[in-house]
Amino acid sequence: MAELAAKRRKRRRIRMSFGDRVFEAVNFTLLTLLMVVTLYPFLNTLAVSFNDATDSLKGGIYLWPRKWTLENYRFVLEEATIFHATLISVLRTVLGTVLTVLCSAMVAYTISRPEYVLRKFVTVAFILTMYVNGGLIPTFLLMRDLGLVGSFWVYIWPGLVGVFNLIIIRSFIENLPDNILESAKIDGAGDYRTFFSIVLPLSTPVLATVALFTGVYQWNSWFDVFLYNSSYEHLSTLQYELQKILQNSNASQNAPDFIAAGNTGASMVTPYSIRSTMTIVASVPIIMVYPFLQKYFVKGMVVGGVKE
Amino acid sequence: MENNLAYTEPSAAGMSKPAGWKRFFRQLVQQRALVVMSVPFVVWLFVFKYLPLWGWTIAFQDYKPAKGFWDQKWVGFQHFEFLFGDERFLRVLRNTLVMSSLNLVLGFVTAITLALLLNEVRQLVFKRVVQTISYLPHFISWVVAAGIIQAVLATDGIVNDLLMWLGLLDDEVLFLGVGHWFWGIFGASIVWKDLGWNTIVYLAAMTMIDPAQYEAAEMDGAGRFKKMWHITLPGIKPVIIVLLIMNVGYLLESGFEPQYLLGNGMNIDYSENLDIFVLKYGINMGNFSLSVAASMFKTVVSFILLFAANHIAKRLGEARLY
Repeated sequence: MAELAAKRRKRRRIRMSFGDRVFEAVNFTLLTLLMVVTLYPFLNTLAVSFNDATDSLKGGIYLWPRKWTLENYRFVLEEATIFHATLISVLRTVLGTVLTVLCSAMVAYTISRPEYVLRKFVTVAFILTMYVNGGLIPTFLLMRDLGLVGSFWVYIWPGLVGVFNLIIIRSFIENLPDNILESAKIDGAGDYRTFFSIVLPLSTPVLATVALFTGVYQWNSWFDVFLYNSSYEHLSTLQYELQKILQNSNASQNAPDFIAAGNTGASMVTPYSIRSTMTIVASVPIIMVYPFLQKYFVKGMVVGGVKE
Repeated sequence: MENNLAYTEPSAAGMSKPAGWKRFFRQLVQQRALVVMSVPFVVWLFVFKYLPLWGWTIAFQDYKPAKGFWDQKWVGFQHFEFLFGDERFLRVLRNTLVMSSLNLVLGFVTAITLALLLNEVRQLVFKRVVQTISYLPHFISWVVAAGIIQAVLATDGIVNDLLMWLGLLDDEVLFLGVGHWFWGIFGASIVWKDLGWNTIVYLAAMTMIDPAQYEAAEMDGAGRFKKMWHITLPGIKPVIIVLLIMNVGYLLESGFEPQYLLGNGMNIDYSENLDIFVLKYGINMGNFSLSVAASMFKTVVSFILLFAANHIAKRLGEARLY
């Protein structure tokens, strides 16, 4: 496909009419504008995070800090609450991703086996949950009754196996060359062996996709923290801390408290600068990872998007 | 699916019941590895996804958390009747429908436009850079996005600065404080966040278009724009239609995070949607019964819509939900 497209492009480069040139220019301008609109808010936030907090309040910071400082980062990283919340975020991301990838792959493998007698039953049981769910309150009551409120595991158990993940992994396994799995069976490999030493290693691309989606989901979650663990500070996450600051600075009455709290000696931080700094801290891990997995998640989305 | 048929056939082909069961259990024992790898997760599924459905009974009770199930007072459809007479609920329903329609229309139009534009880019490096950057907002959390959007729209934010500089505004405006602008802000926000992400499927569909069509059009003297309009766009029409139908199934799913995080007391009449209503009545006010009634209404309508959408998509002979 890519070769065909390349050939097509080469052929079309031969002659360009005036109209085509205009089209090209307009297209280039529009796409550049899109990049600017997408990136500007991030770059602006980055600039504010490196700018002196009191100076930022005067406004007029666009793409470059006016008064450079690392004070905001020092404050955010030294703040015990934020540091601890970051740890919890990392923990839930790592643990949640590993468990989800492993468990989803396992179920996906079983429902990709044509001979499995419970295949239909398992598939339908999972797919039905795309249509019906108990909703907020019943789920909340269940978590409470299971003793998961006030527990770290409330971040892990509810999302253990997702239907979307199941679908994309299953269709990937189904598209693996038949003879590989066949010859494994002939060599006497049982289902455990086949799964762990053949299917898992061969499925790296799709597992990378699922890992990215799950990791991003876990890292970005704040609502489950708010719902189940808002009164358990030791289980707070980075995103939830950021959300609280956001809401506080929204109400703005609470802002003076926070400034006072951050006013340590000579240095001074403001909700605005802390917010910007935490935004950067919360986004950097994602920004560093997703571009490298682009090839994989694009493929995953195409499969999932059509089959979903 | 085809393979599956071959395996289920024998049992369906008039075998006597006991033998069928015996065979079934024998296979189950044979396939115990597969059973071990999947059945625990079905149990998990039952507990975490199906058990909460039991909680729908709360919608028909005058639920008091302190009482046990048998001591609750049953009130029939009273809460549903209240909901449909409640001005606030009807406003919430309106907001939900408006915002999800906005999401649907804007999402499709902008994503298809961007996909068409990207498809015309010849410099592969430039294309790749635009794509990578356009995916970025999809991956960051709504908390971060909401913070960024608030900063951009603040009285000293870039939007105010730009509009004043252009002379379009005389005075700074607190955009999120003007209720009837919320839908517009919401629309712009979701486009900003998911525009690039939504192009993925269309761009994939475009690679499937037969290059011969473009060559034929070139022979006929079609320019870039004409080819885009008469070949590329019709070429992805089937994908557009299927995705459109499937998305209609999510008409009551207008999202939760953007409305909750960008909403405030000043725009609540326009930002509050079904999910926020459910959260406020349930968690903040402790009126569990009303909250469950509202969310049950949402699930049942969504269920019908999704099933209908899937059915229609299936009849069109295109991709379907599963």
